[in-house]
Amino acid sequence: MKTQSVCGNFGPRIRSDCEISIRLADSGGIQIDLESKVERLHGISIRNLIHDGLNTFGIPDAQIMIRDSGALPFVISARLEAAVRLLKDDTTEFLPEMINQTGPSSSRDQFRFSRLYLPGNTPSMMLNAGIHKPNGIILDLEDSVAPQKKHEARYLVRNALRQIDFMGAERMVRINQLPDGIEDVKCIVPHFVDLILLPKCEHPEQVQIIEKELHRLSEGHTTNLPWIMPIIESALGIENAFEIARASKYIVAMAVGLEDYTADIGVQRTLSGHESHYARTRLVNACKAAGIQPIDSVFSDVSDQDGLTSSVMESKALGFEGVGCIHPRQIPVIHEAFQPSSAEIEKAQKVVYAYEKANKQGLGVVSLGTKMIDAPVVKRAQQTINLALQLQLIRSDWMDQMPNE
Amino acid sequence: MNKPKEIKNAAGRWVPLLVNGRKQIPYKGVGKYIPTAQKHAPPISSCAEFPSDGDKRIPSLKEALVKAGLRDGMTISTHHHFRNGDRLANLIFDAAHELGLKDLVWFPSASFPCHEHLIPYLEDGTIHHIEGSMNGPLGKFTSEGRMKGTGILRSHGGRYQAIQDGDIHIDLAVIGAGCADAFGNANGLYGPSATGLLGFALADSQYADKVIVVTDYMVPFPCIPWQIHGNYVDYTVEIDKLGEPEKIISGTTEITKSPDRLYLAELTARFCEAAGIIKDGFSFQSGAGGTSLAVGEYFKSIMKEKGIKARFARGGSNKYLVSMLEEGLVDYIIDGQTFDLEGVRSMSQNSNHVWSSPFTSYNYHGKGNFAGMVDVVILGATEIDVNFNANVVTHSDGFLLHGIGGWQNCLFSKTVILPVPLFRDRIPVVVDQVTTLCGPGELIDVVITERGIAINPLRKDLISKVKHSGLPIVSIETLKEMAEKICGIPQKPEFDDQVVAVIKWVDGTLLDSVRKIKKP
Repeated sequence: MKTQSVCGNFGPRIRSDCEISIRLADSGGIQIDLESKVERLHGISIRNLIHDGLNTFGIPDAQIMIRDSGALPFVISARLEAAVRLLKDDTTEFLPEMINQTGPSSSRDQFRFSRLYLPGNTPSMMLNAGIHKPNGIILDLEDSVAPQKKHEARYLVRNALRQIDFMGAERMVRINQLPDGIEDVKCIVPHFVDLILLPKCEHPEQVQIIEKELHRLSEGHTTNLPWIMPIIESALGIENAFEIARASKYIVAMAVGLEDYTADIGVQRTLSGHESHYARTRLVNACKAAGIQPIDSVFSDVSDQDGLTSSVMESKALGFEGVGCIHPRQIPVIHEAFQPSSAEIEKAQKVVYAYEKANKQGLGVVSLGTKMIDAPVVKRAQQTINLALQLQLIRSDWMDQMPNE
Repeated sequence: MNKPKEIKNAAGRWVPLLVNGRKQIPYKGVGKYIPTAQKHAPPISSCAEFPSDGDKRIPSLKEALVKAGLRDGMTISTHHHFRNGDRLANLIFDAAHELGLKDLVWFPSASFPCHEHLIPYLEDGTIHHIEGSMNGPLGKFTSEGRMKGTGILRSHGGRYQAIQDGDIHIDLAVIGAGCADAFGNANGLYGPSATGLLGFALADSQYADKVIVVTDYMVPFPCIPWQIHGNYVDYTVEIDKLGEPEKIISGTTEITKSPDRLYLAELTARFCEAAGIIKDGFSFQSGAGGTSLAVGEYFKSIMKEKGIKARFARGGSNKYLVSMLEEGLVDYIIDGQTFDLEGVRSMSQNSNHVWSSPFTSYNYHGKGNFAGMVDVVILGATEIDVNFNANVVTHSDGFLLHGIGGWQNCLFSKTVILPVPLFRDRIPVVVDQVTTLCGPGELIDVVITERGIAINPLRKDLISKVKHSGLPIVSIETLKEMAEKICGIPQKPEFDDQVVAVIKWVDGTLLDSVRKIKKP
């Protein structure tokens, strides 16, 4: 059995993180050697947290070294837990409390225009991600995490899900390919994850394995099962797109990953994207046939905002209902491209206004002019209004300005 | 040692009655202290005592210091337009040390990390204390209680006020100038160490007992424009190199790339738009930090879109402000310091890019000043408390790390906005009570963070203007709670009683004390 381990990150360019080394001992109690830029402000609380954690794991004697650049408590506890688990075969969890989140859990048909990738082992990039108002954030355990960091990233992502307010963004996690992905899922469910992204999906069976595991993990919990978004990144995946899209009732969207796809078919990815035209249209069609949202790949040149705009406009024209993004500055461009037109907003305002009015008057049936309005129409209109508000296309008091009809 | 007597001032802060042996007046409130006396004045000089051919050159700086009669205990002033590339202050104290002088007082308009060079002189008693800013390593040195005397921090305007009312007497002013003639006429526009303007040295040239102009670019008389008049100057010295050019002024100032800071800047501009501040003929001032530059860029796009022109912008000028001037979006830049080479170029080429000094912009003893005429100013802070009081000189852990600069003076603008992150790493920026009080909350109007905007309840007009803007308006207490929820409630750092530095308000009264850090 190992007696020493190190987890986390420390260095001149690293912020809001810490590195924790543990050396188990036979006696001497807990010795903490703390080097922190916030020691004068949080030294006591950091030490207390370490003591609590070691107590939870039943470790009475150990030497702990922490090098801290202002890590928040949930980061420290994730690093500690990751380090302990390298030493002990123990399933005890050291969980930070679950904070009250802004916004409800996600719904099947909500907007997914933008989803922001956040490297799963980099706390500094997670903390303020919500302020940029992406429709979704993706805590990524796959490609953005180095193989030797996969272990510690799981605990960080789990704690981030419990502790960070992403301000209404749908909370997604991209797990690793199977079978490692199963370990990821075990760690993060049920900790308020809205959606699981399953990368490099090629067969419907892969989705079913995940769904089964999600059911197993959710037993005894009141939370809903997270949605699933398979990512198709190969020629075979594209050929099986429709079957994959129908593989689970929890699938709400399906994305295409073009970096891997173009590599798989042996071509360069170009700005015009004609090499992936077939794959993308096939994926859109499969999704529409299965009643789920088709989501396009990321646009990887962060500095080319004009290129991003034309790329998103093309995605929208092909039928995609969202794209991925790798930098917050891409979000407003994407939203603007996908945002509802003024005609759509006007129609939605009429529907929502009529609905509110009917509600106030205690009417069960909502009508607009001579037309009855179905519940899904109201729901969709409300989404349009919410989005218009979020994008500040209309004022929060728009209803006061509606003409009385 | 007996504890020096202290008094609680109008802001509720304990301040010493004596600092470095001089009697102090505690802060009385904004605009409450109105001294009556004659202004301080330098000794009479007679032109008969100066060379009639106007050649005041002395072969070396050291000789000039000796000729100027530098003695133990004297006050030497320097200026910060060379910023972190300044060699002059270091050369002066190298020479003073060689001369074996003791207990000098250094009175810079600001200090930079490059002045870490002076720490041995603070340790060996060459320098008794600093009256200016104590940045970086000097701040740490001071906070640890290692400076012989007590540091005094003043704003740029407060520095002018202290010189004019005699709170400080400058025995010797050494003015580094990018360009000068042998008579002492000088400007900062030309030469290898060009800095744009010399406004910070203006009061020193007029009020010091002795004035030395030092340059590394001597031109034949006349040096035009004469931002400093040679008629105030005793000696001139030509040296090889005044500063490290690449550190004096950056070739380019750049807007932040941090998405979080860009968001803050955008939110700030949107707030100003919603509050109706950005309108034809308005005026603004924002600093040279990456976030402030970005605010300017967002202003620019709003102004372009709506066809709005500003009457003037107060500098720190930089390439972004210059582009607004040259594109006709701003009628005038009234510049206090140039932050990049584009600013220097524009000042020498554009007649509507004019230089100013702390006298015109900020001075308490002027018959008014420009600060109050500015419609909106964008500033930073290390901490802001629930009463909108702000701190710019110490960090939350109590270490003195920044100067005041023009910050206090700018608080007199019609609308003062502080865009700050809610927390930095694990350190809340919005707190219960600021560690050090630098700006009274009644002058601070809006705090903009990435998680919400708090408007000072005194500004009912702003509150009602942005009511339906969709902007995330919250109370300052809410911001504080959000910060504490994320970071945890920090411990109170522990201090010794010893006062290591004092903070002056713009009128020369004592606003707060900085105390020695208690060693764990």
